[in-house]
Amino acid sequence: MREINACDIVKTVKKLCIEANCHLGEDVKNCIKCARENETWETACDVLDKIIENYNIADELSAPICQDTGVACVFLEVGQDVHINGDLNEAVNEGVRQGYKDGYLRKSVVKDPIDRVNTGDNTPAMIYYDIVPGDKLTITVAPKGFGSENMSRIVMLRPSDGIEGVKRFVINAVEEAGPNPCPPIVVGVGIGGTFDKAAYMAKKALLRDLGEHNENPYYEELEKELLQSINSLGIGPQGFGGKATALAVNVETMPTHIAGLPCAVNINCHVARHKTEVL
Amino acid sequence: MAVYINTPFTTDDAKRIKAGDTVYISGTIYTARDAAHKRLCELVAQGKELPFDVKDAVIYYVGPTPPKPGMAIGSAGPTTSYRMDAYAPTLMDLGLRGMIGKGKRSVEVVESIKKNGAVYFAAIGGAGALLSSCIKEAEVIAYEDLGAEAVRKLRVENLPVVAVIDTEGTNLYETGRKAYLESQK
Repeated sequence: MREINACDIVKTVKKLCIEANCHLGEDVKNCIKCARENETWETACDVLDKIIENYNIADELSAPICQDTGVACVFLEVGQDVHINGDLNEAVNEGVRQGYKDGYLRKSVVKDPIDRVNTGDNTPAMIYYDIVPGDKLTITVAPKGFGSENMSRIVMLRPSDGIEGVKRFVINAVEEAGPNPCPPIVVGVGIGGTFDKAAYMAKKALLRDLGEHNENPYYEELEKELLQSINSLGIGPQGFGGKATALAVNVETMPTHIAGLPCAVNINCHVARHKTEVL
Repeated sequence: MAVYINTPFTTDDAKRIKAGDTVYISGTIYTARDAAHKRLCELVAQGKELPFDVKDAVIYYVGPTPPKPGMAIGSAGPTTSYRMDAYAPTLMDLGLRGMIGKGKRSVEVVESIKKNGAVYFAAIGGAGALLSSCIKEAEVIAYEDLGAEAVRKLRVENLPVVAVIDTEGTNLYETGRKAYLESQK
């Protein structure tokens, strides 16, 4: 049994909140630069140039890339041989509290969905647990903006709808979203499981580095085909027209019931943030 | 085409802007998003005075990050506009001339834009650090309790935006996409 102190979790979560919000991952930057090189439509080129300029300014000043510094989605892979000294949930929330305060990040969480009074410190975090073998704790902080979150969709397809039904649903979700989720977007797709598991997979798909594909060649092909279809829609960066509507499509799947084909689409903007550290 | 405007943003200024133009805005503009719009429209319904004069004003849909010491404001890009659709026509009827946000608007908002001779602009969503550099002064003038959602008076210099819906109702989200797709045939 390995011991991990809650105070180390606080420090790590705090650091990851600030880093994720101010410094875009190299995988996303490379994808944006690649999209710029492949773009020919003038307004689209101009938008992509400004997006590149923006993340460079954020890097330089350690300033938030986007003002929507999101709700803090925190993914924990807890090794089953780890013992936490202290309260794990509270440690994560304290890390978020300190990170959002000391990092000058926006506090965007309201305590009650109807009453809507701001909690003032961006807590609580949305915490997702996975129990895994080993004695490590892997922490991923993925701040999630709601311009893109609001454009996410879920459907319980019929098995007879098959792969064509899935493709139609994903492409329609992106087309309906249009300019709203700040294209070029990243599209997370969850297929199978249950109603809630499909949504969880779609969100988790957004944590995968851009450029990495599903290990199953069939779904790797699906990712490539969906990306091509989406980038033929003409929505383009910010919806002003152009090629780069999406940077990547990441698909995750799992077994499901004989009667069902759940499918979820979780959309992320071009400020596709996630940072990981292993304790 | 590039157009430079100074606030107050008059009917004549609005008329010379066409969907697709890049517009650089200088002068005073105001911030408001979901919660502030709700309160502003409640004041209108009660016949009370608003915290700023909306006649020929420009409202920026933004909830900035807190400023670091020595800075006027933190990152300050646009939020998605459709959430303000329920309130925007009320403000345009009072003379609001410009809105800056991102994303689609409702049929009712487009009709109100045409009726009132207003313009809907988009700033680049997710470019909060870049847009922040055009904001020289910021002061909370109402609803401080709303934090990031408070109403702020901003002094901006050459804030870059794109005209999406012009006074005639022409919509760049439709025309831009169509023109691009035609160019690919």
